Amino acid sequence: MTVFLRIVVRDVRLAFGQGGATVLAVVFFLLTVTLFPLGIGPETGVLRRIAPGVIWVAALLAAMLSLDRLFQADLEDGSLDQLALVPLPLELVAAAKCLAHWISTGLPMLAVSPLLGVLLGLNGEAYGGLLLAMAAGTPSLSLMGGIGAALTVSVRRGGVLLSLLVLPLCVPVLVFGTGAVDSAIAGLEGGAHLPALAAILAAALPLAPWAIAGALRLNLE
Amino acid sequence: MANWHRLANPTLFLEWSRRVRPWTGVATAALLATGVYLSLFVAPRDYQQGDAVRIMFVHVPSAWMALFAYAVMAVASAAGLIWKSPLAHLTAKAAAPIGASFTLLALATGALWGQPMWGTWWVWDARLTSVLILFFLYLGYIALWQAIDDHARAAKSAAILALVGVVNIPIIKFSVDWWNTLHQPASVLRMDGPSIHSSLLTPLLVMGAAFAGYFVVVLSIRLEREVLARQVRTLRRVQSRG
Repeated sequence: MTVFLRIVVRDVRLAFGQGGATVLAVVFFLLTVTLFPLGIGPETGVLRRIAPGVIWVAALLAAMLSLDRLFQADLEDGSLDQLALVPLPLELVAAAKCLAHWISTGLPMLAVSPLLGVLLGLNGEAYGGLLLAMAAGTPSLSLMGGIGAALTVSVRRGGVLLSLLVLPLCVPVLVFGTGAVDSAIAGLEGGAHLPALAAILAAALPLAPWAIAGALRLNLE
Repeated sequence: MANWHRLANPTLFLEWSRRVRPWTGVATAALLATGVYLSLFVAPRDYQQGDAVRIMFVHVPSAWMALFAYAVMAVASAAGLIWKSPLAHLTAKAAAPIGASFTLLALATGALWGQPMWGTWWVWDARLTSVLILFFLYLGYIALWQAIDDHARAAKSAAILALVGVVNIPIIKFSVDWWNTLHQPASVLRMDGPSIHSSLLTPLLVMGAAFAGYFVVVLSIRLEREVLARQVRTLRRVQSRG
């Protein structure tokens, strides 16, 4: 367990450090959302209507952007070989990497999402739903994105390919994530969206590390 | 019967597939000719849709084959990972572009049918959207094969992706069904029997069989090319070493 935590701490430190993924991902997230009012126009009604979808799409893209170095940096400097020798199954190493990715990008995005809600004129009831949906949905993005990152680890400029592989798989998270915020806006408590997000996470939690480890082993042979 | 597994040997497979292909080709051509005749001349005009209903005889079998090809791809990928069979990996690789083409055909014919019927080329309806996502899944799979130089690693990576896709497709389908639909619900494969009239069902099934035959023929041609290309690669490697 200590090994697991050490991997998480190492990755989170690297991500929060100088030139790390966190700042870039959060700035990208903010910037993308800012572009929508500029493109669509400043009418509050329209912005409020599209706010949940815009925030989720931006979160999805920001997650993709930060994923392509998830394993690639470790492969290049040889730490991936070291991680494979750690007294921990590679599946758990993969889970630790995904957890670190979530802490260093999902969690900060979750933290700034209310601010984006303010910018887009989201009304008061929506914020709880937004935070809950982000909390339940973004871990799945890190896990499913991890699969793409592991599959494209040896591909030069794999970022675009990674998005092509992973974005279609993230459609359910987007649909239910947006749906959860929308139903919170409509004042519907206990909709089916949050349980659906949780169910996706519950399925991805054991399956994704398994697939990631399988894909990583191909590059360790 | 007991010797089916010998077809996993690429050379024996090539022999067998070359022997079977002409017959499958002839059967496919006959089915296609019958299907086209039935759907263009025998099937009745629809009292609402007129002749536009005949697009169905291309659209629906394409959609069936789009899913079928993905199933073939996934089963072959699983077989490739489990039994480490190069032929299975190559089958998956050969099936992907065919499946992508059928998916595109289903989308295109759907748009052509939607324009006169719904008055629009495209609606964000659940079924259309999930077929579009299926198309992207095919593109990702093909792109991954092309992106990785090492052939053995490309095969296994693509196989993992295909299996991840198979796990996800029902979830994607379910999530996309969430925002209800303009499209009619399934009308051929239903528990209480098909709800479509037999004058339309017969040409549809004949066309479906013709499309399946076409899939088998093209798959065997593509697979033969893949097997030969693999043999060339192996020979080159041996040559460069010796």
